[in-house]
This record gives sequence, structure tokens and C-alpha cells, in this order.
Amino acid sequence: MTNSEPITDSVLDIEKIRKDFPILQTKVYGKPLIYLDNAATTQKPRTVLQSLETYYTQYNSNVHRGVHFLSQQATEAYEEARKKIAAYINARFDHEIIFTKGTTNGINLVASSFGKKFLKAGDEVLISAMEHHSNIVPWQLICEEKGATLKVIPINEQGELKMDAFDELLNSKVKIVAVTYVSNSLGTVNPVFEMIQKAHALNIPVLIDGAQAIQHIPIDIQQLDADFFAFSGHKIYGPTGVGVLYGKEKWLNEMPPYEGGGDMIKNVTFAKTTYNELPFKFEAGTPDISGGIALGAAIDYVQQIGAATIQQAEEEVVAYAFDRLSAISSLRFIGDAKHRSGAISFLVGNIHPFDLGEILDKQSIAVRTGHHCTQPLMDFFHIPGTVRASFAFYNTKAEVDELVKGIEKAKRMLE
Amino acid sequence: MTIKEQQDTIIEEFSFFTDWTEKYEYIIQLGKDLPLIDEQYKKEENLIKGCQSKVWLHAEHRDGKIFFTADSDAIITKGLVSMVVRVLSGQSPAAIADAEIYFVDAIGLKSHLSLTRSNGLLSMLKQMKMYGVALKARGI
Repeated sequence: MTNSEPITDSVLDIEKIRKDFPILQTKVYGKPLIYLDNAATTQKPRTVLQSLETYYTQYNSNVHRGVHFLSQQATEAYEEARKKIAAYINARFDHEIIFTKGTTNGINLVASSFGKKFLKAGDEVLISAMEHHSNIVPWQLICEEKGATLKVIPINEQGELKMDAFDELLNSKVKIVAVTYVSNSLGTVNPVFEMIQKAHALNIPVLIDGAQAIQHIPIDIQQLDADFFAFSGHKIYGPTGVGVLYGKEKWLNEMPPYEGGGDMIKNVTFAKTTYNELPFKFEAGTPDISGGIALGAAIDYVQQIGAATIQQAEEEVVAYAFDRLSAISSLRFIGDAKHRSGAISFLVGNIHPFDLGEILDKQSIAVRTGHHCTQPLMDFFHIPGTVRASFAFYNTKAEVDELVKGIEKAKRMLE
Repeated sequence: MTIKEQQDTIIEEFSFFTDWTEKYEYIIQLGKDLPLIDEQYKKEENLIKGCQSKVWLHAEHRDGKIFFTADSDAIITKGLVSMVVRVLSGQSPAAIADAEIYFVDAIGLKSHLSLTRSNGLLSMLKQMKMYGVALKARGI
């Protein structure tokens, strides 16, 4: 792709799609918003917003217990959302879909419950050098409690996992591997299929942090064969506060509950409580009912466009952005993986990412600056942070052009 | 000049700027111009850790007044830091302890004092006021 080619967004009618997202019509500092912080959170289509409103105006009620009409309606809608999610990722059973607060909550659930049951002193947990703090700290906590050791798969200068090191680190002491599918800081897509196969050859289960994958890459969980897969609703055009933990039935059945409370019990006496069956065993208390239903609406929206079409459109805009950004003198990419998705991290000359982010903000361009909750990764590259532009299928090449202009202006001001 | 007069002067200076570019160019220039802190004071214990940018602050107490020097690794923050230093440095501990800083908001940069930025400027202001409070309490 060269700069002289006409700017077209071919796979999708993006202008039509952008009309589905009310916030994309807003102005910031009097100029149209250019939202390139999709790795932090995505914007919401009108159908998702409407489903929230419909729930609260027409059938707000608690789920799984009331005998009355509204409660049944709410329960049905909530469980219908679970089915939609299960179908979307091709889970074998609906009850393998656990509603959580988000990716962080899902990983904490697995680290705690799996760790309680299966980790002991001398065992190892294997993560990677590019993990988000959410896929580091929960494992540190349980390893500390159990006397287990956290091992880290190193990366190369391009921001790719060193697979030979992974092979060496895989041994019978490892009780679980927890890696991200797509790096939130670098955009690297990890070879998770290969990693899962290798781990399974040694009977080691694998948790995939899907926070940055679910919105970019079609997921067939049975084909991927991950034992756990955690993601957040708000990263895939759903509301904040709700997420999903997929877990294979056999692991979820063996793991103890994470939290105690209502909905997760079968029978409670002061002497002994028996737990409810899956998925309710892991869903204590009143859940985020409206959030779950709206996440279902988000999945509907994505399916209507098609996950593969979305992936294609995003690859096109990301490739265009990469190409245009490469032409900026003194811009250097942080992370240059062969397989990538969603986010592009970079620095310009000696400009502090925070300064660049602020001057871009003044031009109504929303990017993220800082360490992106991956401090160990920033330490690896010896940088305080990066500027990260992250894309969704509703981003246009014209927006990329504005980003490039914005960076050029910031360079003139800051250098 | 009192702290209030210093702030009002800055606000007046900024009132001449017609758009954000001029305003930021001025702040950036302030950041570039001022060698704010002696290198020997850019050490760990003078570092005020923010989420995004680092700020160093050094304080000296002379003749009943507190003198500040400071620096930042981000140039816009550094420009703002230089203005805060201009406002508070050379004032009495009591005046610093009781100071109300309103100029950052008035020149349209209040985001720098908000939690979303957590960039060290707010922490620096708190630290400066703590010097004032501590010395005031000792009756200096």
C-alpha cells in the first residue's frame, strides 16, 4: 500500500456503520472526535444502548429466583445472552460461560480457584513477559500463598514470544500456562494454538487472556482448545462491568467456588453448604443483569457484520496506519511483530509520550499514553511508556491521516 | 509579589492567547527555557512519582522563606511546573501552606490537576504545601 492510492475503506460501508455509534458523531474541542483508544474500551452501537434502556424500562427484575412474570422475562433474556455468547465462541456447553465483571475478574477467579485446588509448593505457573498486570498479579498472589513459582516466557526485540524458551520452560512442574492472545501494548498476536497444543501434550491446562482478541479475531474455542478464556464485554462493544470467563466443564466442575453468596448454592445449613451446578456455582450474588443482556446485544451486532469481515476491515486500517506512520521521520514503533492486531505503539524522537498524547488530544484525537498496565514490558524496552493508537472496524483511513497530521503538528511544537 | 498577584499575572499573560496552539507553545517554551533544578537534586528522594511523567522537587529554606526548584521529564508538565514554582517559590511557609492555587484551572489546564492524569503536578503541589505546613507548624 502506498500513500498515493485512493483512500477507500473497501470491506465495509464504514460511514453507514459509524452512524450506528452515537458517540462517534460527537465533537471534542469543537472538532469531530477521532477515537483511537479502542484497546482501552470500544464505543457502543445504538442497539446495545437500547437493550439497556429496554431492560430497565420494561422488565427490570432479579433473575433466577422470582416466580413472577418480570423475573422470568429477565431470567430468559439473561440466559439467552449466555447462549448467544456460547454460540459466538462455539463453546460445547452454555454452562461453560461464566458471567464475570470483566477479564481481570475472570483471571482472578481462575488463579484463586484453580490455584487453591491444584497448586502446591514447588509447582510453577507460566506467564509471558508481555502480560497485562491483570494476568501477572493474580498469579503472583496465589503463587505466594502456595509457595509456587511464577515463571516468565521472554520476548525478543520485535515483541514476540521466544518460543524456544517456552519449550524449555514447559515441564511437569508447570501446573498452568496463562498467556495473552493479543498484547494490549504491542499488538502482537501470540501463537496460542501452538502453545496450547504443546502444553496439552504435557497435560498442562492453558488460560488465554482474550481481552484484546475477542473484538478482533473470530474465536472458535473448541478449535483453539483453550481450557480457560477470559474477556471483557466493554472491549467488544458491550457495556462496562460485565465480562465472560469460558472454562472447560471438567475444570470448572473440579474447581471450588470463588465467592460465596446467593445464587451459587444448592442448599445451605450452618453445618454444610452444597453448591449449585455450573455456571451458577461461580456466579454469587445478583449479577450485572442488564450488562449481560446488553453484551448479548453487542454479540448480535458483531455477528450481523461478521467477525471475519470485522477482522479484514481492521487489518486494512491497521496496515494503512502502519504504512503512514512509518513515513514520519524519527517515529519508531515499539513492538514490530509479524502477526499483529488492533494496537500500534510508538514513540517520536525524544518526545515524552505524555506530551505527544496531550497535543494529540487538543486536536481531538484520543490515544492512550503511558505504560498500558504492562510495566515489566516497558522495563524490557527501557522506556517510560508509549503512545498507543488502537483501532476498531469503525475507524477510517481519513482518521489515520488526521493522526499523522496531528503527530506532525505535535513534532513541530515539541521538538 | 504575593501568591495571588503572581497567579493573576499568569492568568493575564494567558488571556492574550487566541488559540490552544499559542498557549501550548508558550508553556512548552517555558519548559524548554528553564533549567529548573540543579542536577545533584534530581535524585530518587526528590522524585515525585506520577503515573505518566516524573517530577523532581527540591526545597530550600532561607530567610524565613521557601525556595523551590523542580523539573519534569515531560515538557508540558515542566512548563506548568515552572509556573507553579514561579507562584510559590520565595514565599513564606504560612503563605504557601494557606495558598489556593487557581491559575492552572483559569488558564484551561485543570486536567493536569485531575486524577485521570495523575501526572505528578498535583502531588508536587501537595508536597510544596506540606513544606509550608511543616515549617509553619514549627513557627518559622
